[in-house]
Amino acid sequence: MEKIILSIRNLDITFRTNAGDIHAIRGVDIDLPRGKTIALVGESGSGKSVTMKAATGLLDTNAIINDGQIFFDGDDGRIDLLTLSKKDLRRTINGRQIAMVFQDPMTSLDPTMTIGDQITEGMFLHKKISPADARNRALELLNLVGIVDAEKRLENYPHQLSGGMRQRIVIAIALSCEPTILICDEPTTALDVTIQARILDLIKDIQSKMGLSVIYITHDLGVVAKVADYVNVMYAGKIIERGTVDEIFYDPRHPYTWGLLSAMPDLETDDDRLYSIPGSPPNLLHEPKGDAFAARNKFAMKIDEKEPPPMFRVTETHWAATWLLHPHAPTVEMPKELRARLERSRKAAKIS
Amino acid sequence: MSTPLLSVKNLIQHFKVSRSFTVKAVNGVSFSINAGETYGLVGESGSGKTTIGRSIIRLYDPTGGEIVFNGKSIVGALDNDTRKMLRKNMQMIFQDPMSSLNPRKKIADIIGEGLDIHKLYSTVDERNEIIGGILRKVGLSAAHAERYPQQFSGGQRQRIGIARALVMNPKLIIADECISALDVSIQAQVVNLMKDIQDETGCAYLFIAHDLSMVKYISDRIGVLHKGYLVETGTTEEIFNDPRHPYTQSLLSAVPIPNPHVEKNRRLIAYDGGAANYESAALQSISDTHFVLES
Repeated sequence: MEKIILSIRNLDITFRTNAGDIHAIRGVDIDLPRGKTIALVGESGSGKSVTMKAATGLLDTNAIINDGQIFFDGDDGRIDLLTLSKKDLRRTINGRQIAMVFQDPMTSLDPTMTIGDQITEGMFLHKKISPADARNRALELLNLVGIVDAEKRLENYPHQLSGGMRQRIVIAIALSCEPTILICDEPTTALDVTIQARILDLIKDIQSKMGLSVIYITHDLGVVAKVADYVNVMYAGKIIERGTVDEIFYDPRHPYTWGLLSAMPDLETDDDRLYSIPGSPPNLLHEPKGDAFAARNKFAMKIDEKEPPPMFRVTETHWAATWLLHPHAPTVEMPKELRARLERSRKAAKIS
Repeated sequence: MSTPLLSVKNLIQHFKVSRSFTVKAVNGVSFSINAGETYGLVGESGSGKTTIGRSIIRLYDPTGGEIVFNGKSIVGALDNDTRKMLRKNMQMIFQDPMSSLNPRKKIADIIGEGLDIHKLYSTVDERNEIIGGILRKVGLSAAHAERYPQQFSGGQRQRIGIARALVMNPKLIIADECISALDVSIQAQVVNLMKDIQDETGCAYLFIAHDLSMVKYISDRIGVLHKGYLVETGTTEEIFNDPRHPYTQSLLSAVPIPNPHVEKNRRLIAYDGGAANYESAALQSISDTHFVLES
């Protein structure tokens, strides 16, 4: 059995706003096995970033955590991160044991500080380290993330670097105190495809060198296919399907996952029409009574409007929250275009 | 062959930053777009794709080259008739639907601005009717006309951006990264909408994007830009099935494929060629429609 390093249990978060309470996270369970990569997939507003912000104490002040635990197996044994104060989190966890790479490298660096100062800032905060040692470590990190001329770059300001280089710097900062968990929040969305491929390869490379456990937050299934071991699909504040990357990509069970996979443009076919999920995600200001996806789901049944589905087991690792998996539900096949497409991709991957 | 709707010949766009430093954003790019077709322009950031769009619609003054649109040259100083023709027949959809709509104007006035300027209606009722019709066409309802931009989601706002371009009944729409700020499921909706509108009205698109997989869905022909040079152009099939230029091959190898076993074993074709090699190069013909920049 794999060892779970981070375990989120029954997380439930509400945001107080002028318009009313928004029930953004509605009972989320996530496990991160040590040394593995998990992906959190969903549309904007599905709650994927909020979930990870809760783990790092970065939630806005109008967020109320109603329920849940986030167990972290760190230096001081197993602790519930939600019981720590923001100050304690900052002193012992953030940056030191759990580090984060943000989406936009243009705004996540301080424009008034040199690259060198930004990389060493965390080290001085968390470790007793001499300025000379910190500088050497910063040089090492820049080499690790593939920046040439590291010596010179330490003196540069962010505006002197390109977008791809800035994201490498952000990764170097995240790695500066040798964390055990790296959370990447849409790390490549703002970058070009060629740069994206390089950054993803880089993170993978570093992961195997340092034995990191990585969480990717993304809406790009192509990125997920490239990096993830396990996938959690989120919709309207809930995990609606989870499984190994193979289970999600070759044998998806939830109609929303079907929709997401169908909406990905496929380079292999010459269809000139793209499937799109009708409608838009629900507004959680008015929490849906039954299944939040029912209104956009052409396979929805009567029960979907009355009661939200529980997680049904497909295999030991593969679970999906849809009434279609209930033993009494009628057999519903996925759309035939998607089935043909999955068959093609299974063939290309040489698995039956 | 009929004359193309838009033909760009040897377009040069330089920006003088200081006395000693000039940014050479676009260097001698030539392509043409026929009426009713979609031309995709792809390349990394800084390759000049947005600049080309903006030069064509004359948000910039081109440094050199020729642009002929709808039978008229549109470089240099424009006379009144040409300007009116250009402004009415060429429209633009912008990248960020959050910042490209004026937050202080009602949707009806955002969409109706072009109608007002060109006096394309005779009564207020007629104006409302045109605006209501265009809103229905992009999948919204006429009742939305009285609302403000912040009352809409990102996908809906991009529909409003499309409605604003469409209301003038243009012959060419320049879509500058118009789906890259949207979610995957909404991207598909907007791309399908753009295709439906093309089938209905016969407008042409210049579709600027960095996401090759979406470009494949919408484009008839594609041009690949790198560092201000057009390195390859051809039909969608030619670019995807038979890419010749190493930069095109590198771009295609970087598009993620939603198939874990295949994707995890794929290798990126690296390409670090500089613009220096391009200066002496010329477009070589591979077929009637397929050209590649080779020195």
